[in-house]
Amino acid sequence: MLQEHAKIVDFIATADGITGRKKMQKMIYILKKLGVPFQEKYEFHIYGPYSEELTARVEELCDMGFLSEELEDKGSYVQYKYAVTKEGADFRGTLKESILDSPEVAGKLNGKSSRFLELTATLLYFDHMEREEQIEKLHIVKAKLNFTPDEIEEAYGFIAELRQ
Amino acid sequence: MDYANQKLAEEKVFKDPVHRYIYVRDQVIWDLINSREFQRLRRIKQLGTSYLVFHGAEHSRFSHSLGVYEIVRRISDDMFHGRPEWDESERLVVLCAALLHDLGHGPFSHSFEKVFNVDHENFTREILLGDTEVHQILMKVSADFPKKVAEVIAKTYSNKQVVSLISSQIDADRMDYLQRDAYYTGVSYGHFDMERILRVMRPLEDQVVIKASGMHAVEDYIMSRYQMYWQVYFHPVARSAEVILRKILQRAKELHDSGYEFAQPPTHFAAFFDRSFTLKDYLALDEGVMMTYFQLWMNERDPILSDMSDRFVNRRLFQYVDFDPGKDYRKLGELASLFKKAGIDPDYYLVDDSTSDLPYDFYRPGEEGERLPIHLLMPNGDIKELSRLSQIVEAISGKRRTDYKLYFPAELLVDGKKKAIKQQIVEMLKEGGV
Repeated sequence: MLQEHAKIVDFIATADGITGRKKMQKMIYILKKLGVPFQEKYEFHIYGPYSEELTARVEELCDMGFLSEELEDKGSYVQYKYAVTKEGADFRGTLKESILDSPEVAGKLNGKSSRFLELTATLLYFDHMEREEQIEKLHIVKAKLNFTPDEIEEAYGFIAELRQ
Repeated sequence: MDYANQKLAEEKVFKDPVHRYIYVRDQVIWDLINSREFQRLRRIKQLGTSYLVFHGAEHSRFSHSLGVYEIVRRISDDMFHGRPEWDESERLVVLCAALLHDLGHGPFSHSFEKVFNVDHENFTREILLGDTEVHQILMKVSADFPKKVAEVIAKTYSNKQVVSLISSQIDADRMDYLQRDAYYTGVSYGHFDMERILRVMRPLEDQVVIKASGMHAVEDYIMSRYQMYWQVYFHPVARSAEVILRKILQRAKELHDSGYEFAQPPTHFAAFFDRSFTLKDYLALDEGVMMTYFQLWMNERDPILSDMSDRFVNRRLFQYVDFDPGKDYRKLGELASLFKKAGIDPDYYLVDDSTSDLPYDFYRPGEEGERLPIHLLMPNGDIKELSRLSQIVEAISGKRRTDYKLYFPAELLVDGKKKAIKQQIVEMLKEGGV
């Protein structure tokens, strides 16, 4: 029971907290694409893969007191910072084993910018396509972000590294 | 005349309780409506198990799809027509996408997808691009047309205005289902001034915005969405039916995997149990087929499958209590042990359910880059997010509200067997917060 909630807590604890909802959305999507058994359903939105279920689940975890949420007003928008509380750390113990086989993956993802994670998540969203088509599609759906060939190459390298 | 521009000799109309009439003039739209994949939507209810609470809620995804088409047709033909920011050449693709956006939904979609780990969006794509009547019709427009329609529905199409009309925080999909669900459930929420909203929608760069003068009409829409969410979509009794439905499918799968010999073999489900399904298997399922199995499974030897099927068919739903997982998650484990001792399988008869288990949402402005919010177009040309200007929307979207329920079969806890343990369970459930 509440195992899907516990997986999120486990991941945020392993990542040692996450700053930015968009970042969290993309991190979990990337892991899901790599076979980590998160159950949240994703759809493509203007900013790439997005899960309403994940948003709702994180709200619930804050409501339960297992996650803390700090809000920072950035003027035209706000940014949220999440960390696991003491109660959340206890709750995490209901999970039989950690969601990640290699905990360092969480740190690797957390060390990347949300722009880079958006790029990586979007490439993974189109991973049923050939690379050329994937990149073409990326430039169509993310025209405004102007990802450079170097960034795209780095993202492919990152995906390969995570898959190892 | 080429097929894309071909008009019917005489306009067709569908009488509709929400929009009064739905108008069809394009041959393509008429042919799509008459395709077997679109007609299948008549056999799938829009609101899944909600008819067990709101007896009028038997309307189908067919009528909703027509409704979304009609809203988009009016935006495209009346509201956006002639506006320099709107690309008229997108008319047919947006109409087709509106009509077909729910094509991949299956019977009791939400539960089915959860149990079998499938996604209706993938099936929509397969129907549009695979060997189907719908695909053949779209191909007659042009070779790349099926792909374009699929991209709009998948929200990866290059023209974001087109995507926004079908899928955004204020789109034709939501505008239709809120009004339609309100009409058929009979509730007094869900009504808003759609005419006004359509009149103040403006295509602008890569999105659709609302003129600031229309803010109050949008507030009304947001309130409707909020009330429908809590009063209809998240109704605790409908959730109970959904829980039982999920458990029927879960049990049938478990029995199949263990080699159990069904009196009524689950022929239509076998490919899903074995994860070897094709599009043909998926399209062969509808709610009539599923209900037939549930009727037959009421006579299965397996007591859990027959009981669950009987509960769903005859509306013997689970009772529920509120609980607070933050305080009481440990007690769930104790409760599950007591259920086992009482001879009741907690995997099937003790089920937690929360807001995040629901495929509906209410408006949240979110953080930048998370999801596109509703933007108001100010008289000076500036763009502002809705909740920054509307106190009503700010009040609703800024306040977190969640709901957790624990479902169980109340009558099994008061029968004569293992009375003491059952009494203990009842006491725990009565304590509140489990």
